Amino acid sequence: MNRATLDLWVGIFVAIGLGSLLFLALKVGNLSLSSSGEMYQLQAKFDNIGGLKVRGAVKSAGVVVGRVSQIQLDPEAFVAVVTMHINSTYKFPKDTFATINTSGLLGEQYIGFEVGGDTQMLKDGDVVKKTQSAVVLEKLISQFMFSKAGEDAGGGKK
Amino acid sequence: MGSVISASSEPLVKISKLSFAYDQRPVLTDINMVIPRGKVVAIMGSSGCGKTTTLRLIGGQLKPTSGEVLVNGQAVHLLDTNGLYELRRQMGMLFQFGALFTDLSVYDNVAFQMREHTNLPEELINDMVMMKLHSVGLRGAHDLMPSELSGGMARRVALARAIALDPMLIMYDEPFAGLDPISLSIIGEQIRRLNDALGASSIIVTHDVQESLKIVDYVYFVSEGKIVAEGTAEEIKASKAPYVHQFVWGEADGPVPFQYPAAAYGEEIMGIKETSLG
Amino acid sequence: MADTPKPKSNKNSKKAGSGKPIPSNRRVSHAGRMAHVSSKAPAIGKIVQLLTGFGHSLTEFLWSLGFAARFFLAVLLHSGMALRRFQLTIRELYFTGVLSIIIILVSGLFVGMVLGLQGYETLQRYGSSEALGVLVALSLVRELGPVVAALLFASRAGSAITAEIGLMKATEQLSAMEMMAVNPIARVVAPRFWAGVISMPLLAALFSAMGIFGGYLVGVVLIGVDVGSFWSQMQASVDFREDIVNGVIKSFVFGIIISWIAVFEGYDSDPTAEGVSRATTNTVVTSSLSVLAADFILTALMFRGA
Repeated sequence: MNRATLDLWVGIFVAIGLGSLLFLALKVGNLSLSSSGEMYQLQAKFDNIGGLKVRGAVKSAGVVVGRVSQIQLDPEAFVAVVTMHINSTYKFPKDTFATINTSGLLGEQYIGFEVGGDTQMLKDGDVVKKTQSAVVLEKLISQFMFSKAGEDAGGGKK
Repeated sequence: MGSVISASSEPLVKISKLSFAYDQRPVLTDINMVIPRGKVVAIMGSSGCGKTTTLRLIGGQLKPTSGEVLVNGQAVHLLDTNGLYELRRQMGMLFQFGALFTDLSVYDNVAFQMREHTNLPEELINDMVMMKLHSVGLRGAHDLMPSELSGGMARRVALARAIALDPMLIMYDEPFAGLDPISLSIIGEQIRRLNDALGASSIIVTHDVQESLKIVDYVYFVSEGKIVAEGTAEEIKASKAPYVHQFVWGEADGPVPFQYPAAAYGEEIMGIKETSLG
Repeated sequence: MADTPKPKSNKNSKKAGSGKPIPSNRRVSHAGRMAHVSSKAPAIGKIVQLLTGFGHSLTEFLWSLGFAARFFLAVLLHSGMALRRFQLTIRELYFTGVLSIIIILVSGLFVGMVLGLQGYETLQRYGSSEALGVLVALSLVRELGPVVAALLFASRAGSAITAEIGLMKATEQLSAMEMMAVNPIARVVAPRFWAGVISMPLLAALFSAMGIFGGYLVGVVLIGVDVGSFWSQMQASVDFREDIVNGVIKSFVFGIIISWIAVFEGYDSDPTAEGVSRATTNTVVTSSLSVLAADFILTALMFRGA
């Protein structure tokens, strides 16, 4: 095999190898959203984050606008402090309401932003004041059962 | 390169009190040898007697247990890697079965050292390679791969490769092994001719007595790691020493024992290894 | 520079010299000791014999591990020529990389198709067949891509490297090169090592991409999972840094492991036909096991947080 053919084949090999890496990065990993572009940081405190994980999505009106980057426990107030990286193209008002939602019955948990009407916008490092904790399924079920039992007991007296 | 320029009367290779052992097993003991400049010297002996080891010690691939090897006045085992490589550029070695690089063509094999060690332009390398190949009669085979060569041709290409940089010392490890009679005499004749044409010195390690006695100036006989006889080709042919006689005439038993040396194991019978004869 | 020929000469004095029928001294003394012991007291002799054998093979293992480590350093130290004269490495890239493309493409496609089929079967029980893209992509990018590609690479290219270097040793080509004042580690070993290290991540990426395409073929084209959710769910859950970069790091580490084992086994092989064939087998077995073990360690380090 002469040198030119050899070089050509190796060139083809490297090209398709890098091509598949690019495919993985752009088409599969969606590089354009998750780590490229400017990000700013927000924090929110929750009484209970349920099953929220680092890298969980932050959505507003169902659109992914950022990711959870860190979850810590505030050792004094005993609340969860969630740090999020939000894409800089999206700005949210000061009175935005952060809730922990579940996609589908058993799906992943994510943070949802419900936008308020404030004219001032959240800046890098700000804390989202208004939050609502995750709905824990066991609590919900036990609440439901207790209230049902209460209703039954009340009904019996009538 | 600098082959006969350093025209001292000193021999090219001087081996004194050389001993070598693999682990604890002695291979060579107390060897003294002199390879004069411009001569072809043969080291003969039965298989496994340490002939090839001697070549490796001269080339610096092994380090002696005691004693020293002087090549062109330099003690080989004291050289650092760079010094050793510098020295090896002035040595050529023909390996037992040629040891051609199987992934390179005949042409590239001969050009190998020129490309590795010099910055010569490709046209000049081309001329030199063709010249070397011509001197072994294989100019027409330059674009063959080693797998397409016969044993004798491969040996001749290896010879062309060994002399690629015009070495001052050429070493041959069993150059006659496994060749048909015609290739045998071609190689023998070429060893002598190239040695004289290049003004180099040659060491032939062999057990082919008849062929080598035709071309060499001096012979050392090695047996069990010791030199048992030495002399010019004529002296050897006329020698009545029992070992030399056995070797030259190829007798099965004699001073070279038929039995491989075995430790005393009582009545236990050890596997017998035949000491094959040339 | 000074330590290049050391592994070689060390080797020569440790094992029987190239080509000559010199029995290894250690082995002889070991056999002699065993024979001696067993003739005295059969029961104890057996145990002692076992222990001696175990200790012997342990020492042997440690010795070759140390030699392999020194060899690795020597390869790194003498990589200058492989990088300066890159044509040498390109030649080897052809043999390790280009010639492995077909096997990687075909197996990647099939693995992806099987993943698509199996994943769909399982996911649709929970009514979440749209997650098929996530399942296929994550399993390929994180695990199957690097690992299966590495196993294929070990048996396709690793064994070839070992056989080639072993054969060059057995036919004294390496010795000849040394005698021509060319360091075989720099000229022969290092280009092959680096070609392996470069090829591996590219082949693993190719495998993953092909596998995802296979999953797409089965999931979307054949079964009829929604195209949009296949890709969008995949893109939403596969993270570039956490998943893809970690996968590439894995395949890079595997590349180093396989190439190291392959060149070492070749360089360390006994210079006989039998020795070369044993070294080739060793390469495939040792590097496959090492890849799996390293995969466990890397996975534990990379993904334990989430």
